[in-house]
Amino acid sequence: MGSTNGNGKPEFITVRILRQDGPGQESYWERHQVPYEPELNVISLLQKVAAQARSVDGKQVAPVCWDCNCLEEVCGACTMLVNGKTRQSCSALVDRLLEDNSNEIELRPMTKFPVIRDLMVDRGRVFQALKKVQAWIPVDTYYDMGPGPRIARKEQEQAYPLSECMSCGCCLEACPQYTKVELTQQDGESAEDFEARKAKAYDHAFIGAHAISQAVLFNSHPTGKGNADDRVDALTAPGGIQLCGNAQNCVAVCPKHIPLTTSIARAGRAATVRGLKRFFDA
Amino acid sequence: MVIGGGLAGLAATMKLAELGIDVDLMSLTPVKRSHSVCAQGGINSCNDATRQLGDNEWKHFDDTVYGGDFLQHQPPVKEMAYWAPKVIDLMDRLGVTFNRTPEGFLYRRRFGGTLYKRTAFAGATTGQQLLYALDEQVRRWECEGKVTKYEFWDFLGPILDDSGACRGCLGQDLVSMEIRAFPADAVILATGGCGLIYGRSTMSMVCTGSAVSRAFQAGAKYGNGEFIQVHPTAIPGADKLRLMSESARGEGGRVWVPKKAQDPRSPKDIPESERYYFLEERYPEYGNLVPRDIATREIFDICVNDGLSVEAGRQCVYLDLTHIDPQELTRKLGGILGIYEKFQGVDPRFTPMKIFPAVHYSMGGLWADYERTAEGGLQIGSPRNHVTNIPALYAVGECDYQYHGGNRLGANSLLSCIFSGLIVAPGIENLLASQEKTAADQTGSLYASAVRQAQQQHDDLLKRSGGGENPYLLHQQLGDVMTKAATVVRNNAQLDDAIETVNELAARAEKCSLSDSGNWTNQNVVFTKSLLDMFPIAKTILKGARQRDECRGAHYKPAFEMPSLKSDEAAERRREAEAWCDRFEQNIDKWLKSTVATWNGEQPDIVYEDVDTSLIPPRPRLYGLVGAEEIDQVWKERQRNRDKSAGGNGAAKSGDVKEPAAT
Ligand SMILES: Cc1cc2nc3c(=O)[nH]c(=O)nc-3n(C[C@H](O)[C@H](O)[C@H](O)COP(=O)(O)OP(=O)(O)OC[C@H]3O[C@@H](n4cnc5c(N)ncnc54)[C@H](O)[C@@H]3O)c2cc1C
Ligand code: SF4
Ligand code: SF4
Ligand code: FES
Repeated sequence: MGSTNGNGKPEFITVRILRQDGPGQESYWERHQVPYEPELNVISLLQKVAAQARSVDGKQVAPVCWDCNCLEEVCGACTMLVNGKTRQSCSALVDRLLEDNSNEIELRPMTKFPVIRDLMVDRGRVFQALKKVQAWIPVDTYYDMGPGPRIARKEQEQAYPLSECMSCGCCLEACPQYTKVELTQQDGESAEDFEARKAKAYDHAFIGAHAISQAVLFNSHPTGKGNADDRVDALTAPGGIQLCGNAQNCVAVCPKHIPLTTSIARAGRAATVRGLKRFFDA
Repeated sequence: MVIGGGLAGLAATMKLAELGIDVDLMSLTPVKRSHSVCAQGGINSCNDATRQLGDNEWKHFDDTVYGGDFLQHQPPVKEMAYWAPKVIDLMDRLGVTFNRTPEGFLYRRRFGGTLYKRTAFAGATTGQQLLYALDEQVRRWECEGKVTKYEFWDFLGPILDDSGACRGCLGQDLVSMEIRAFPADAVILATGGCGLIYGRSTMSMVCTGSAVSRAFQAGAKYGNGEFIQVHPTAIPGADKLRLMSESARGEGGRVWVPKKAQDPRSPKDIPESERYYFLEERYPEYGNLVPRDIATREIFDICVNDGLSVEAGRQCVYLDLTHIDPQELTRKLGGILGIYEKFQGVDPRFTPMKIFPAVHYSMGGLWADYERTAEGGLQIGSPRNHVTNIPALYAVGECDYQYHGGNRLGANSLLSCIFSGLIVAPGIENLLASQEKTAADQTGSLYASAVRQAQQQHDDLLKRSGGGENPYLLHQQLGDVMTKAATVVRNNAQLDDAIETVNELAARAEKCSLSDSGNWTNQNVVFTKSLLDMFPIAKTILKGARQRDECRGAHYKPAFEMPSLKSDEAAERRREAEAWCDRFEQNIDKWLKSTVATWNGEQPDIVYEDVDTSLIPPRPRLYGLVGAEEIDQVWKERQRNRDKSAGGNGAAKSGDVKEPAAT
């Protein structure tokens, strides 16, 4: 292989993976070794690990589980902790990681969400938050009613970055206020009841930067404004924006570079105005 | 029941919910993470600005049909073109952040295959923005209790009653591995493309075609399988082939390979005299700007047949921008060069990119019906629209075969996905109103026995003894064979070999053993199942390609190419043009037919279906052919004569609808 000649690349890549067989079970570290190839990313590395299904000591092991789909950093599925940093694994290039630490690459599941298995976590709470803030445009109908409202280019340019949020959860993993909520299905509890109980628990815990930013996005849309007050109320309910400690970790890790702290500030102002209004209306 | 939450599945779900119908929505991934997010370019419709330049819906229809080489039934395509402006208006109302003009209108750009600026777009993430708008609407219906989502579920197949009608489907929870029956009065498949049959493609990881294959194996017909679109320039990654926009060539990129096969030197150390700029040398007139299909074929040819790939282990050529001022590159191509840098870790402004054609889109898919109006449109509200040959089983989006014929125009697929999702809904409303028996009338045993059978298959797979074939390696081999034989250039000897090899691989796949026999989030068994289900579709693609002895759309078989005219002498040239048109007409009679496959348990059986070309008569595509003008002239004369003589009685070819502006 011409391209590995004499450029100091290792013969093998060592990957250390924090595994867990199922919810509530003990996690454990496992080492894998894969022959070095140029231009791998963490997903292609994991594919090789899965195909060989053998740990470094030669033991036959079950293939590692993980989540991914687009492999282009647009679907948000593949978030994990790569060498301790929360990020999309599909755009985590192995050659770059080896520059930082040539000994091994460490992969862990996100810590703020319940582990389903290995690197796969349950991010239902991320989507539940979108329900809470009614992150949609309340159109009357899907019949043809002509074009939408005219929108100035400047407004589109402000809205577009917010609309790129792919619900990956990086901002939540990094946020000190966002703490893990993990429930277990009880004996005799139906799947539906369990889902409902989870939704309720999620609604009371911190909603997260992504949802605050989505509320701001929809509140800035001419039609979305129609139920702006509902969104602001959702943001100030228990688990709302008041929990944000303004630590700004979220904005630093967002793979889409969404101006989350700007959104949080805008939402905060809207909440104050709404609070005053309610105070005087009362 | 809707299977698949890409653009097509979500559009269908929200429209059904609006019509008051309860929907269960099943998807392998959370629907917001569906493959549709990958689409970058945009979505087409004629619009107020293009209209004033002479554009109209008919021309959009005409471009689509011509681009597809006339291999699609025209009424659904016509309906789609006429709905396109309304579809974009709707998406606009749903809050899609389309790019705007300074005055606040939707900004449009031009895409391949048309002269008009029809394409609306939202930055470089149009698909993502469209999908999110629909996802949000579906979430709204979820909150209102009209929609129940089953995310991380795998569709295992339709459930058919004694009469052969679909009464629901089987699904498996990817986390708990529970297998369940979902009774339903109608099932809509919106499960996207099947690029993973080719190993790696520009498609996402769930685009295995498994759902479609399961319907196919249950008796649904599959149309035009051999028509697979290949994009000329993708970035070959170990995991995925990522799209590199063609604008890189448009801005002056030069394509080359070292003259010495697999020259180990770094590209910048290879002097000009030892580089082969094969497009420039072979096509002095167009150079690197040859049309898409020619670029694709030549890049393929230089690597596969001439063995001049840059690397030994993997096919690729250089796409070189390093001769252009880096600042200018940043200004013009910043976004797309950023993708290359992000995933390859190399800055293409200073190091030539490595690219290779990649499988991109499947024009073929489940056969679907439609009801034609007298004017040649779709009868909106007809339960026949988009139904497969299995009653109450529907197909929409990339997984149907209906809109793109032999080839798909850029930015037309997002449109066909949303359109087909929206129009299937009123048909289903009418189906439900007229159904004598509903799923609720079925005996429980229908569902119980379906579950039992699926569970048995699942358990058998888990129990397979170790030491057998490795499913991941078999998948690689399948991808290699398919990519070699059934992409850009096809020839019969190679296809025969491929059919044999794929049969062998299919047999070996039956002996796959699993490295995980557990019953909790077992991705190994899910993958193995989808691998097994790739074979019926792979065989259908190969057989369709083997039998189709002609060139049409994306299906290119050089041995059957229509020749250029040779003579320089006017009368002789005229004779040649006449002969050319004779041959073209014969070819229409023989091959202007859709391939329709049924699965017999082991292999596909293929029949051919006539195409409704009653609105726009077929005409030759003459790109880059010597003598194109003469041929065109002869063809038009013949067309005029046909129109005259067709006069009153059943004008089969030239149609009952006339649009003055159609060319
Ligand atoms: C890189 C790229 C760029 C593109 N750019 C453009 C463009 O600019 N313009 C354009 O018009 N088109 C473009 N296309 C094409 C277009 O994106 C697709 O054709 C379209 O998004 C397909 O949508 P869909 O709804 O049919 O399916 P998808 O979006 O693929 O969704 C399929 C759904 O089915 C589900 N599913 C699949 N199998 C199963 C199963 N077994 N069980 C349960 N669920 C299942 C999946 O989870 C998913 O939700 C592009 C394609 C690619 C690859
Ligand atoms: S700014 Fe708020 S949301 Fe962001 S990390 Fe800090 S506490 Fe969390
Ligand atoms: S805001 Fe950024 S980090 Fe947070 S979910 Fe959205 S894309 Fe991910
Ligand atoms: S796989 Fe989609 S973001 Fe990484």
